[in-house]
Amino acid sequence: MDIQSCVEVRNEWDIVSARQLGRNMAKELGFGSVDQARITTAISELARNIYLYAGRGKICIEPIDQLGRKGLRIVALDNGPGIREIRKVMEDGYTTSGGLGAGLPGVKRLMDEFSIESTVDVGTEISATKWLR
Amino acid sequence: MGVQEKLDNLIVQMINENQETLKNNWLKEVKLFKEKELIGKTLKFSEETDQQFFAMLIKHINFHDISKDGTLDDFFDQVLHTGLPLSYLTQGLQAARRVVLNLLVETENDKEKVSAVYREIDRWLDPILNRVVENSSQIWERTVSVQKTALLELSAPLIPVFKNISVMPLIGSIDTERAKLIMENLLNGVIKYRSEVVLIDITGVPVVDTMVAHHIIQAADAVRLLGSTCILVGIRPEIAQTIVSLGIDLSLFPTKSTLQKGMENALEITNQQLISNK
Repeated sequence: MDIQSCVEVRNEWDIVSARQLGRNMAKELGFGSVDQARITTAISELARNIYLYAGRGKICIEPIDQLGRKGLRIVALDNGPGIREIRKVMEDGYTTSGGLGAGLPGVKRLMDEFSIESTVDVGTEISATKWLR
Repeated sequence: MGVQEKLDNLIVQMINENQETLKNNWLKEVKLFKEKELIGKTLKFSEETDQQFFAMLIKHINFHDISKDGTLDDFFDQVLHTGLPLSYLTQGLQAARRVVLNLLVETENDKEKVSAVYREIDRWLDPILNRVVENSSQIWERTVSVQKTALLELSAPLIPVFKNISVMPLIGSIDTERAKLIMENLLNGVIKYRSEVVLIDITGVPVVDTMVAHHIIQAADAVRLLGSTCILVGIRPEIAQTIVSLGIDLSLFPTKSTLQKGMENALEITNQQLISNK
């Protein structure tokens, strides 16, 4: 199974559809309700970041299977302004938009694996994986 | 306009004389489109609609004027309202153009004439096409605006339950617009109903991310500034876990798992008691 599904994020409603896509896929893969909530919340954070900071981008969700180990990967892509200080955004409470500043560090805690790549003025790619236990 | 009219009549005559051939070719094209484009979709296409569609086109070509009566608009409305896709209509119109032109190229050798007729047919069909797209987008706009109002109506009511106690049940996703409404209704309601305690019930909120949490915290803070207490209720176990993982601090105001427990708490705060009448 390597069907990847993507949702374009341009407005607040797209965040809801990205979330729904993630929830459905998590359910199909057999994640429990707590993990489903974690995955949907992580997607919500990533999609909102795209909407808030980049304006537009996309969320891709794919089931993964590594040597029989099953999981779900979320990839958030945008061609936005990029993140100048990655170390800082991964700190709790750091925010440039007046929010809680818990988004990215929160996603890292919600998921099992987390990686972020960002180039200023080029864009950001964040990928987060949750393994099925 | 003499030449123009002659040309018009020529086309109408050509179309009328070859109606059967045109119809068969058109039906074939439409059938092909249906098979190719609509695989896996369960749409109720009927042969009858096809027949009606073509009859409409022929009728309006004879009129020389697509807006002569409202029947074409009615037909399009009817098709779109039954849930058939817009592409059925646009493809149908394009197919009509194709079959007419094919026939023309087969029967007519004069290139000048062909291109004149070609332009003429464009002049007829384009307004119909525009009309179709306009109609369908209007239908959509109407639907969207109706649903938006419907959504706003069930957005965030504050309900006074007991003396000085109000409840705000939240259901569905919370976006920026709704968050603003929640805040407004909450603060206005607290003053209006003189609520000492407000219970915000988030049982029906599917996802609590940092944005939603942030708005709830702000709303509760504002209520606190008015001298009232805000109790957050209806926190499902999985939501509690995600809130903790996100590192959101909700320790500033009381939370309860269910509305019932929150209500008991609220009655305590306001020095009230429920007494059962035996």
